[in-house]
Amino acid sequence: MRVATPRISLEIQRYRPEQEQEPILQAYEVEYHEDWVVLDAINHIKDHMDGSLSYRWSCRMGVCGSCGMMINGEPKLSCATFLRDYYPASIRVEPLANFPIERDLVIVLDDFMEKLTKVKPWILRDQEKPLSEGEYRQTPAELARYNQFTLCINCMLCYSACPVYALDPHFIGPAAIALAHRYNLDSRDQGGKWRQQVLSSEEGIWACTYVGTCSVVCPAHVDPAGAIQQAKLTTTLDWFRDVLLPWSGR
Amino acid sequence: MARTSEPFWWFLFIGGATIAALFVPVHIVITGAASWLGQAFEYERVLNLASHPLGKLYLFVLISLPLLHWAHRFRFTVVDLGLKANKRVVAVACYGSAMIGSILAAIVLVGL
Repeated sequence: MRVATPRISLEIQRYRPEQEQEPILQAYEVEYHEDWVVLDAINHIKDHMDGSLSYRWSCRMGVCGSCGMMINGEPKLSCATFLRDYYPASIRVEPLANFPIERDLVIVLDDFMEKLTKVKPWILRDQEKPLSEGEYRQTPAELARYNQFTLCINCMLCYSACPVYALDPHFIGPAAIALAHRYNLDSRDQGGKWRQQVLSSEEGIWACTYVGTCSVVCPAHVDPAGAIQQAKLTTTLDWFRDVLLPWSGR
Repeated sequence: MARTSEPFWWFLFIGGATIAALFVPVHIVITGAASWLGQAFEYERVLNLASHPLGKLYLFVLISLPLLHWAHRFRFTVVDLGLKANKRVVAVACYGSAMIGSILAAIVLVGL
């Protein structure tokens, strides 16, 4: 006698603007495999059950940051979330919270891209050295200062988890601030003064109330909340220096 | 360039947080246990301690910084709860209350 393969139910949010006024949940039942992640189940649905389902994914190994989704209400990478952690209960899959929905599980990420560009997350120099002078050298200790903040994969889970971003979409947000901080800490960079205009504005670091959920959900352990607190301290010290020693001429 | 006064308020906020987290609980315990501690915490002795200029300064910091800490936290809580349109009014009301509390503390302390 054949033993029936166990099955698990996924409730996936659908939004097809030509068909629905508002997003709806659609249930799919798939085979349950202990080694499947939620993305495997969704790929199975797409390939064998419903080709119209839209979502983003690429690497399947937690590196590309494309497959972020709300899984049972929590922002997670669907490639790193195992079915076995939910089985036999059903799993609810929705697009990342706090972003407009383009279609099904696909969000509009223009706002994030714009904020990312605003903080200029690349090495800025007052004047580039000529090539003949060689590379910009750095010690392991100088690398260690910012290394953790380079691990961001731009998956936007932190924006989905951030209650401040949910209340005020103008907030620059955890990942963009962490990346700005990463370049400010880089010994090769001289762009702190340009980034500071964005970082120290009301929509920058000061909007953060240190709830810390960004660091909790971050799959790359970047600790954006820590970056924001460090940036607050640096900015405060600079502020006092400007006020108390205005002639120091930064 | 000083673009916003936010760093100043945040500095008072973290200063107040340190005092509120480390010193205030100690005082709650000491005050609660004062009746068992006997002679060391008799009214006259504590009054003398509080009347010393260093005692006054210490008590002023102990009272004013946690008040300013409260003001900053309450300001953001109120804004998060939906009073977004009146951000400036909320800030003035919160920091203002903390400053009035600090001034009252200073008056009482100076009068000791």
